[in-house]
Amino acid sequence: MSIYSMYVISKSGGLIYNKDFADIAKVDTNDALRLASIWHSLHAIAGQLSPVPGCTGIELLEAETFNLHCFQTLTGTKFLLVVEPNAPYIPAVLQRIYELYADYVLKNPFYEVEQVIKCELWDEALEALVRRQGAGPGGLVMGGSGAAASMYG
Amino acid sequence: MDRASSTVELDDRLDRVGYDVGLRMLELLSYRERVMRRKPEVLDMLRFIHSTAWPHMFGKAADDLQQAAAAEDEYMISDYDLLANRFISVPKSYGAFNPGALVAGVVRGMLDGAGFPARVSAHYVEHRDRPKPITTILIKFEPTVMQRQAHIENLKKG
Repeated sequence: MSIYSMYVISKSGGLIYNKDFADIAKVDTNDALRLASIWHSLHAIAGQLSPVPGCTGIELLEAETFNLHCFQTLTGTKFLLVVEPNAPYIPAVLQRIYELYADYVLKNPFYEVEQVIKCELWDEALEALVRRQGAGPGGLVMGGSGAAASMYG
Repeated sequence: MDRASSTVELDDRLDRVGYDVGLRMLELLSYRERVMRRKPEVLDMLRFIHSTAWPHMFGKAADDLQQAAAAEDEYMISDYDLLANRFISVPKSYGAFNPGALVAGVVRGMLDGAGFPARVSAHYVEHRDRPKPITTILIKFEPTVMQRQAHIENLKKG
């Protein structure tokens, strides 16, 4: 399965959603919160450090065993996708996740913006998308859930 | 949700908004019909809602129109994927609240405007062919409506 986990960071830097799609990717809540805020700061700093003008932040982090893709929306919300190194079409997947976010989270009158995402339809749609993407023989093991409601930083 | 203190009140508020819309929509749709004639019969009015009002609001006719098996004065209009509910995940703390209450209000407004007072509510119903529950608008007509309907039927029989 190519997609390991997904994180959504609000524009103020707090983790508002995380989901692990593989056992090996399980991260406990505190670590997830730390990852989100560290990433938020690094992303902002990178935009400033870049020698090339017009840089908006880190889009891809490549490591030996995984790649981390980041998609930042015009409003500052960031979608992080941790995937295996050879996963295909990730920018398209991130676009699609953004569409699902706009549909099932933002169009939900019960959702308060910048708060932790607790929308059933969003969870279901996300699972279906990831399942379609990384359909492997073992199937997907769903772990993780909405992050604890504490904002970092 | 912040202005309502309970789901019942939220239901009422949505219903009231829908009711006003329904009254006006009845006028508009009746005007646009070729033959401007009143519909004194219950089934005609329900068919009007199912096949004319629904496409106007949602682009397609409602999925089902049934009479309740148990009660003669209860009818149900079903939509397998009500647009008002499609993107809404109701938190568990709201219990059985159905945002389709807005559409139920519209139906109530249309029926009331046409002379069919009724109690209308929206419910989630499990459907064996559908992965998600469908939304059913339950219509319970007032006794006056049923009496009038019985009278019309008697007249028709001659």
